[in-house]
Parts: sequence; C-alpha cells; structure tokens
Amino acid sequence: MDNLPWIFISALLVNNFVLTYFLGLCPFLGVSNSLETSARLGLATTFVMLVTALCAWVLNTYVLVHAPYLRLICFIVVIASTVQFIEMLIKKLSPALFRAMGIFLPLITTNCAILGLAIFATNRGYGFVEGIVYALGAGIGFTLALVLLAGLREESELSNIPQLIKGTAMNLIIAGILSMAFMGFAGLFSSA
Amino acid sequence: MKKSESYDELIKGIWRDNPVFVQVLGMCPMLAVTNSAINAVAMGMATFFVLVGSSFLVSSFRDWIPKQVRISCFIIIIATFVTVADYTLLAIVPKVHKELGAFIPLIVANCMILGRQEAFSSRYPVRLAVMDAIGMAGGFLLALFSLGAIREILGDGALFGVSLFGENFEPWVIMILPPGGFLTLGVILLFFNWFKLKKDEFLADVAEAERGG
Repeated sequence: MDNLPWIFISALLVNNFVLTYFLGLCPFLGVSNSLETSARLGLATTFVMLVTALCAWVLNTYVLVHAPYLRLICFIVVIASTVQFIEMLIKKLSPALFRAMGIFLPLITTNCAILGLAIFATNRGYGFVEGIVYALGAGIGFTLALVLLAGLREESELSNIPQLIKGTAMNLIIAGILSMAFMGFAGLFSSA
Repeated sequence: MKKSESYDELIKGIWRDNPVFVQVLGMCPMLAVTNSAINAVAMGMATFFVLVGSSFLVSSFRDWIPKQVRISCFIIIIATFVTVADYTLLAIVPKVHKELGAFIPLIVANCMILGRQEAFSSRYPVRLAVMDAIGMAGGFLLALFSLGAIREILGDGALFGVSLFGENFEPWVIMILPPGGFLTLGVILLFFNWFKLKKDEFLADVAEAERGG
C-alpha cells in the first residue's frame, strides 16, 4: 500500500502517458488549440480512465482468467461502450463542447491512452486500488500535458511565426521540448 | 479506366495522402516504437497485416453491418486481426515482440486503421478497399521506417544493429529517447511543409505566366 504515491507520481510525471509513452497523441495534437476545450477533454479522459481501470480489474479478475487470448477484444468492447455512453452524455449536456471536438469524439473510442492504461495495468499486475490510483495519475498527467501544450499554442497564435513552421510541425517540436523537460522528473526515482 | 483507378488508390496512400506525413494519423505507435529501424519495420509489417485484413473483411461485409453499430463492428474485426498478429510475432520473433511490448495490442487503437474503415472500406468494393489499404499501410510502413532509421543512425550510430561510423562516433542519445521522436517527426513535417509551399508558389507562378502570355 505504501507504493501508492509512487504509482501516482510515476504515472503523472515520470512516465507521463503523452510525453514519454506517446499515448493519446491524436487528441493531444488535434484538440489542443484552446485551453478550455483541452481542459474539458482532459477531464473526460480522466473519467474514462477511471472507469476503464475498474472495467479492466473486473474483467481480469473474473472473466479473463479462463481465456487470456480474448483480453484485447474484451477490453475494447467494454471500453468502447463506456466511451459511447460518455459521448451521449456530452452531446446531451453540452452541444458546444460536442461541436468543438468534432471528429475526435468518435476517435476517442480508440484513444490509445485509454486502452494503453488497461494493458499496462494488467501487465504490471495492479490490484483494484493500485489500478484506480494509476488511472488517476495517468489521467491528470494527460490533462497536464494537454493543457500545457494548449497554453503554449494559444500564446503562439499571437506571435509572428513563419508560415513554414505553423501547424503540426511546430506542435511536435514544442511537444519534444516539453518531453525533454519531463525527462528531468526521471531523477525523482533513484532507487526504483 | 478500372486499372488506373485502383492504381490511384494505391499511390494516394504512399505519397499524396501519406497517413503520417500528410494526414498526421496513427502517431501513437509511430513515435513509440521508432527508436530502432528493426522495431519500426516489425511494427509496420504488423500494421500492414491488420489494415489489409480488416479492410478486406469490412469491405466484404459492408452491406450486412448495420449503420448504427458499425464502429463497434469495425473495432472487433480489427481487434481480432491484432490478436492474430500479436501471437504470430510472439511465435516468430520473440525478441522483437518483447521490445514492442504493449504497443502491439495498441495497434488496435491506431486511429489510421479505424479511419480507413470508416472513410473508405465501408463504402467501396473489395478490390478498391484492399488497394487503398495496401497503399495506406505501405505509406505508414515507409514513414515508420524512415523515422526509425533516422533515429537509430543519429542516436546509436547504427542501422538494423550494424554499426555505421566506427568507434569514434559519439551517439546523439536524445534521438532514441522520447523527445527525439517528437523532434524528428517535427523536422520531417517541416520539410513536407516547405515542399508544399514551394509547389504552391510554383503553381502560382505558372498560372500568372499563363495569364500574362
């Protein structure tokens, strides 16, 4: 139980899902043009991750012990239905947000950050509480990276940037520099 | 006519609409596994198999899949092929499989694959769908290989594990670490932007010259 804070910090900073594992890059690059949208998407993703961790734990404990080769398909189906549900919820509650995210809402169904979370948690043999803490760390880490990039991009809208570098090329280079900064956190774990 | 049409679908994916360099899709596996050329090629081959197989199946079943649940159907088809690819790699090249680790199952989450099913395979006949899939997967493989090769050469001084520069080479380690992935792809996209900008300028010049003459 005393390794819980480490799981959290590791998922949040040292092994940040976006900047170290390259998971969830599509929304990272696609939706990060405004701070507000990316914060909300980050929250939605964190929520889906928590639900995913719960689903993964239930499936691993009760269903997949007998048929490990069905793991991938089971995860996908359960996660996809969860995300579908959240999609309907967002559509109902906030049509503006639904419009802002455009094509990426159907694609969040196969957001690799979400599936990656389930797979990593399984591979590392996390239990229920550990899984939830891991999901929380990963989700907040995802939101953090998204919001950082969105902030930098909003700032860059106002500055005079050559036509050549505008767009994805610039975002990737910014992400590379962010990723370098996050490498500094690796020093937090000297023994682990 | 028919022949040139399917040829066009094939070429489109490799260059003009390259899934990575032009559409910027399928980035997650793209950056994560390209720290060496061999990993990149293994990943590209697995993706190739999955994309061509699922395009074939989706296109064959396109009249039977109800529109409301199409996404779930596509995903289950893709996941089946990914599971096959996962176990095949484990059997043939266990070492590479171990290095790629969790990223093989994550092929299923490659938005490029789902995107092709939704945008193309579910609407066109089998032959065109397979051509399109081969083109797109080929373009993806090409992109993975170029990124993997650049990163391995700069970061490790080697290609496919064969040392290129001898002992005096000082490896640029950051290139095989995560930031290197972002930076390399950023620079490649920069090159593509420059290319496009030059082409647009050229076309504008030609149009002007035609008007003038």
